[in-house]
This record gives sequence, C-alpha cells and structure tokens, in this order.
Amino acid sequence: MSDLLADKDAATKAVVDWMTKKAGSKTKFYFKDFCKVFPDDKQRDIKKVINKMVEAEVLEYWSSGSTTMYGLKGSGIQHSSEGEE
Amino acid sequence: MAKHKTPLLDQLESGPWPSFVSDLKAQAERRAKNVEGVEFQIPVDAVEDLLGVLELSYKHGRTHWKHGGIVGVFGYGGGVIGRYCDQPTLFPGVQHFHTMRIAQPAGKYYKTDYLRALTKLWDFRGSGVTNMHGATGDIILLGTTTPQLEEIFHTLTHDMNQDLGGSGSNLRTPADCLGQSRCEYACYDTNALVYFLTNEYQDELHRPAFPYKFKFKLDGCPNCCVASIARSDMSFIGTWKDDIRIDQDAVNKYVECADGYPANAGAYKGSKDWGPFDIEKEVTGLCPTRCMQFKNKKLFIDNANCTRCMHCINVMPRALKIGKETGCSILVGAKAPILDGAQMGSLLVPFIEVNADNDYEAITEVIENVWDWWMEEGKNRERLGELIMRQGFQKLLEVTGIEAMPQHVQYPRTNPYIFWKEDEVEGGWERDVEEYRKHHLR
Repeated sequence: MSDLLADKDAATKAVVDWMTKKAGSKTKFYFKDFCKVFPDDKQRDIKKVINKMVEAEVLEYWSSGSTTMYGLKGSGIQHSSEGEE
Repeated sequence: MAKHKTPLLDQLESGPWPSFVSDLKAQAERRAKNVEGVEFQIPVDAVEDLLGVLELSYKHGRTHWKHGGIVGVFGYGGGVIGRYCDQPTLFPGVQHFHTMRIAQPAGKYYKTDYLRALTKLWDFRGSGVTNMHGATGDIILLGTTTPQLEEIFHTLTHDMNQDLGGSGSNLRTPADCLGQSRCEYACYDTNALVYFLTNEYQDELHRPAFPYKFKFKLDGCPNCCVASIARSDMSFIGTWKDDIRIDQDAVNKYVECADGYPANAGAYKGSKDWGPFDIEKEVTGLCPTRCMQFKNKKLFIDNANCTRCMHCINVMPRALKIGKETGCSILVGAKAPILDGAQMGSLLVPFIEVNADNDYEAITEVIENVWDWWMEEGKNRERLGELIMRQGFQKLLEVTGIEAMPQHVQYPRTNPYIFWKEDEVEGGWERDVEEYRKHHLR
C-alpha cells in the first residue's frame, strides 16, 4: 500500500480535492476513477479506504440499481431535490 | 371505487393467466379497507397510484419512473434502489417508491412464520407489494420511502436474522437450486456452497467496487434448473468424473414398461398416449454424442464421450445415476444483451472439487483470480463476459493459471496464425547477429 493510501487523512484530502476539482463537470464518480488518485495501489486496497470514507460520511453512494457511483456527501442530486425530507 | 381509471390495465386481466393487475387491485383494496388496523407508514393509496402511473405509462408508451438515487442504509452500497415518479402531483402516493432487495435463503427454504413476519413488516412500512423472486433470487419489496429504510433494515437484521441482497456494482446475492437437500441428481451441496460464498464475500456484496454487477449462480447438476449457464457471470454446475451408474435390471424394467418404471419418472404421463416406451427412440437415439447402445438386453455407455447432457438419467432415473466422483464445472461470462448481445457462459474449469472441509479453497482461488483481473482491466460498466470477448479467453486462462485443454475448444480455429510469446520461444526475441552471419551470408 502506498504512503498516501495508508495515511487516512492524506488519502481523504487527496480524494476530496480531486473530486472538488472535478465538481464543475460532474458530481458522481465510478470507483475506477479513484485509481487515478492512487495509481500505485491495488484496487482491493483502494476499496477498503474509499468505503471507510463512506462510513465517515465524507462520501456517499449513488446507485441506479445496476451501477453504483460515489459522490461527495451532500453534492449533486439529494433526497430533498426529489421532494423528500 | 378505484382512484384512477385503468382501461389498458383492465384488458390485461382478460387473459387466461393469473394477472399482476388483479393482485395489485386486491392489495389496493386491502389497504383501503385496512381490516387489520395497520398504521401505514407510507401513503395508504400508494398501490392505487402505482396502478395509475402504470396506466399512464402504457398510454404514453414510456416510463414515468426516474432511475436511481442516493437512498440506502448506512454502510451499505447495495440492497436499496431509489425510485422516484416523475408525475408526483398526479400520483403522490408513489412520489418516492424505493425498492429493497432482501437476500433469499439458500434454496429458498422459508418457514411460514418468517414469511408472515416479513409481509407484516412490509405492510406496515412499505406498500405491501412484493416480487417473489427477482432475477437474482432476492425477495423484492417494492415501494417505500427513505425514512422507512433504516427502520426496515433494523427489524430485518435484529429481529429476523435477515440481510439485504446485492444491487449496483456489487456481487449480487448468490442463487442456487435445492441441490442435495431434495434432488438425487445433485452432484454437490449447492445450499452449503451458496451459504459459504454469501458469507465469505460479504464485503463484495455490500460495498461496491466492481466495474459492474457480478452474479454467482449454482446448479447441482447439468439439468441447470437455475439456468446458471445463461444468467451468471460465474456459474457452478455440478458434474461427475467417473461413469454413470447403470442398474441393468432396472433398464430392462423400463424397456418392458413394468409398473413403477414410467419414462421421465412419469412427468409426461396422462398428457397424451405416448405409446410403449422405446429405448432406442427415446434414449439412445437422442444421445447427443451417440455414446450409448442397448444390445442383448444390456445398456452400454461410452463414458469418455458422454457430455453430461442428463437426458438418459432424466428419462430412466431408477436405472441410471450420476457417477460417484462428483464436483462441479465452472463457467464464466454469461450475460443479458445490453451490450454486444447475450452470451452463454464459457467453460473455464471442467471439473473442480467442492470441498467444504478446506473452505472450498480450489473454488475461491479461481473466483479471486478472475476478480483481480476484471477489477484491474474491466472498464466501467463492463461485464466479465465482455472483458473476455475484448481481451480473449487465452488471457483469462493466463490470469487464472489454468492450462488450455480440449474442453475449452468450442469449434476449430478460424485464425490460421499462431502468435508466440517471447517466453514460449527458445532464446526469446534476442539473437546474436554475428553468430547468425557465420551461417548466413549477406
């Protein structure tokens, strides 16, 4: 595992910075997009760290039912945009 | 009186088959009457509005559901699918109408008190409309709102010992046939293996990181009752290595049409007069590899040429039995026709042991090698079958460390070239030009 991925805070910052930079064009990302942030790491290791970020409510899942994507918590379409509390 | 007029749906009830429209109408009426005094947590008229929006979709010829959302339960990336109606003013009862997938038990064995508890929960916190079962085998609960999701999940996990199923870019809920619990043809315990895989790969089921969906399906024998060969990215089909066991006396009983020996275990009896049993017409003549012969009251099988089609065993189950050395075959890459057309699974491992004592290590090794490759090389929304098409079956053999063998060959090759790799050629690609020139002048 790379030093960047092993350092929880640095990894979170790298992901949030990368997603924020892209936020102008899109708010939902495929899992494979995170591999660009951690090019030296194995996908299974990246998965563990990314899912910890979901648990920490930094990220959230979006699912069409067949495909799952990730977004920054609170960005893009939310429950409230669909009229839900 | 119905809330919405539904002439197009009403027409669907006129056919000879049981109708989901009648079921929905009955459920709408049940909710309106509420004889049991349920404190409905979502709109009482949700099912009325469901009928209404469906009628409108039929009228317009397009859907009025929006796809997907961020709904889910904490920590889970699957099991809940967000569904919103794009006509909320007309149909407020289904404005938010999310689907929940509940993992079905192995072999779909339920106790009635479990089903009662589940439907009671769903009447209380959802629409009461279920789909038993979805394509992945899950129990599908259709229609609830976001605030109900965590409540339902809490009751399922704490009171009913029940987990959500898979959806999205996850491992989907593994599905199996009844296997050895009911069926004499089963070559391995499908229920035990599906239970093991479900537990072993919990992380893959609930926390999405695959390029797309991935399905396991398990069939106990080549009859393939679950149709795993066509419906799963990785299919486990029971098979045997040794010979079909023959009881020659019983074979002759079938030939003599003796009582208690009906062809096909009597499955077609009474549908029409099939005439006396004819072993040549009904069994040996239908063998796809012509590896059987009935001569002098004795049945011979050339087992080396048997492709395990199961036909002879299905027709004469009291005379023929699967072999004793059993395991399963692994096939990969089946999928529905979203991209590149539909594909059946391709045989990857002709025979593999199914051994619970070592935690099925032979099987998990194949699974994890395939996943490592697909996760690394698969494009977003690319199924395993599409990756195999794109990079080649040979690449799959390479990453799984499986030697090419005759069973992998589907048809004679159509490409006349052979491309060697450097490590397959003595001396590699490098050559000593001076040494070469000693023997070959310019």
